[in-house]
Amino acid sequence: MNQAQQTNITRRGWLRTALRTIALVGLGGVMVGMVSRTKRLCTKVSSTCRGCAKREACGFAPPRTLWQLDPTKCIQCGLCATSCVLEHSAVRCFHTHAQCGYCKLCFGYFEPGAKALSSAAENQLCPTGAIRRTYIEDPYFEIAIDKALCIGCGKCVHGCKMFGNGSLYLQIDHSICLNCNECAIATACPADAFSRVPYAEAYTKRANGSSEA
Amino acid sequence: MRIRLISLSIMTLGLVLVAPTFVSAAERFPTPDFETGYTLPSTPQPAPRAAMWEVIDTVTLLAALVLGAIFALKLRSRRAITILSLFTIAYFGFWKKGCICPVGSWQNVFQAMTDPTTTVPTSVLFVFALPLIFALFFGRIFCGAVCPLGAIQDIVILKPIRLPQWLKHALSLLPYVYLGIAALLVYTGTAFLVCRYDPFVGIYRMNGPFWIIIFGAALLLIGIFVARPYCRFLCPYGVLLSWASALSWRKVTTTPTECIQCQLCEDACPFDAIEFPTQATEAHHHGLKRLAGILLLLPILLGFGFWTGPHLSNLLSKMDHRIQLMAQLELENSIPAIEMNDQSAAFRASGTSLASLQQEVTELQQRFKTGGHILGAFFGLVIACKLAALARVRTRTDYEPSRTNCLACGRCFAYCPKEHEQRKVGSSRKQVVSYSGFSHITHGVGRASPYSGSACIATDSPRAPGIPGSTSYNAKILLPKTPQENDE
Repeated sequence: MNQAQQTNITRRGWLRTALRTIALVGLGGVMVGMVSRTKRLCTKVSSTCRGCAKREACGFAPPRTLWQLDPTKCIQCGLCATSCVLEHSAVRCFHTHAQCGYCKLCFGYFEPGAKALSSAAENQLCPTGAIRRTYIEDPYFEIAIDKALCIGCGKCVHGCKMFGNGSLYLQIDHSICLNCNECAIATACPADAFSRVPYAEAYTKRANGSSEA
Repeated sequence: MRIRLISLSIMTLGLVLVAPTFVSAAERFPTPDFETGYTLPSTPQPAPRAAMWEVIDTVTLLAALVLGAIFALKLRSRRAITILSLFTIAYFGFWKKGCICPVGSWQNVFQAMTDPTTTVPTSVLFVFALPLIFALFFGRIFCGAVCPLGAIQDIVILKPIRLPQWLKHALSLLPYVYLGIAALLVYTGTAFLVCRYDPFVGIYRMNGPFWIIIFGAALLLIGIFVARPYCRFLCPYGVLLSWASALSWRKVTTTPTECIQCQLCEDACPFDAIEFPTQATEAHHHGLKRLAGILLLLPILLGFGFWTGPHLSNLLSKMDHRIQLMAQLELENSIPAIEMNDQSAAFRASGTSLASLQQEVTELQQRFKTGGHILGAFFGLVIACKLAALARVRTRTDYEPSRTNCLACGRCFAYCPKEHEQRKVGSSRKQVVSYSGFSHITHGVGRASPYSGSACIATDSPRAPGIPGSTSYNAKILLPKTPQENDE
């Protein structure tokens, strides 16, 4: 009886060892396969990796991906402000000065039908007063976004897109973004504007389709 | 509102007159030539968390797993495991804010395995594989103290009750259901379900959707009585870990030397993971007959699952945003009175053709159908395996932690009389031991009074006669000595 039990245990142990080896080899295979695929795909897309430090995206180190909002798809529905897992959304408004028309009647800054083109609160479009206007020379003002106040609602972006140059756009501020595995805003976005991109491309998309290296 | 609209339309009209080139937004107003030498400021690009942190996180995970294995298998110290759990809560929970954790990382790997265009960062690969590799060697070390979801539930276990066996076995099928459904939704690119419904991430971030924090708090409340409800009855990664753990090289053992059938460990385990001695009470051929019956049932279950699976996956496909969009567009096209929603408005504005979306949705539905067949068959297989596992009668002589269900928490160590004997070899210092459910041993009640609180008993039990090598161990000799006796 004892002898039989002994062989039984050995058989079970042997089976376990064999299966464990198979599992380890399989797991190793999956890992090697994934890493080599990353390398292969990264060399493929290297021509489009704008300004990418080679170490970040191609081969040597795997691409670190971050969420990106595609401003060309963005419809300024306002869900960015409310859908983020953070109470104060990681999506903020960005401003490309090189595209700004420095309009006297700035549709990103002024409430439609504003009584006067002054910085009085009732004239401002931004619900949190996050757009700062500084005088340059007549008739030009520079506008800048106060990131601490911006909630990413996209009201100014909408105004600028409809009537201006589209130099204001929403983007994810990666110093705030937690880089969730499944972005809560991405699942809520009606325009399917969110996707994961390599680290180097995180800020390259602009509202009018141009890009900045 | 009307005034605003009117003024807006007047402004628009004015703009159209002012800017004849209304087509391309970028061309409307050129950057003015400033006379005062104003230079255009550049757009800030706030840097993300440094890439080095991913390496640090992975190395920390590895270090925590190594420590966990040492604590559970070598040191055999519940206290050390608790301290590691607290570290896990602090680091992987509150500091790292829950993402990315191994519990969700399998989805990334599975996505990359099914979709050849996606990749997985190496750090995520390691986060996925390290706990599994450790499970293959040492059992579910990850669950014991390294999982942030497990650790937070572990510290709230105050009054664990033992669930009825039928309920326990029924609920233990849920992780397979969750795993299967989550895998299907990853396969179709619909969602990362496990991340979306991660119950404790909201607590760790002290932020998040209200209902998810309520869900987490409810699980913690249940967890006071039903130990680790998420780990045992929901966690899909736990399924993978239990498979790996079933093949483990070493495993957590209650007793450092040999089992004396005192049953204390079984009462110590809040997860009902200690397997008790059983004896085959029936003839061998009876068991074989039952197993043959289940094997005959297997093709029926598989077939039934395969046949019904697509019905389930068809329901799940309603979660997909592309299928929702298609349904909305069809509705709008057939009934003109239906208003556009944001999704359909954005789709119409994007200029993508309906035909291309239709094609994408058709392919997607095919994927859901194929996945549904596999999912259903998987469920059938799981049920058949569960029945086979329940029907199997194994002769076991000792109390031992289950290979698959033991979460390596180390609670049972201090309950094993042999452990104290072992420790006494090293030092003869007085030990303070916490026993629970101790009384029933002396009263011979058996397994009737588990979890009846804990009593702190100072023991310095002198070597009891007949302990070494004894199989019929009289637990009475473990009764606490009076202080006078201790002082001897």
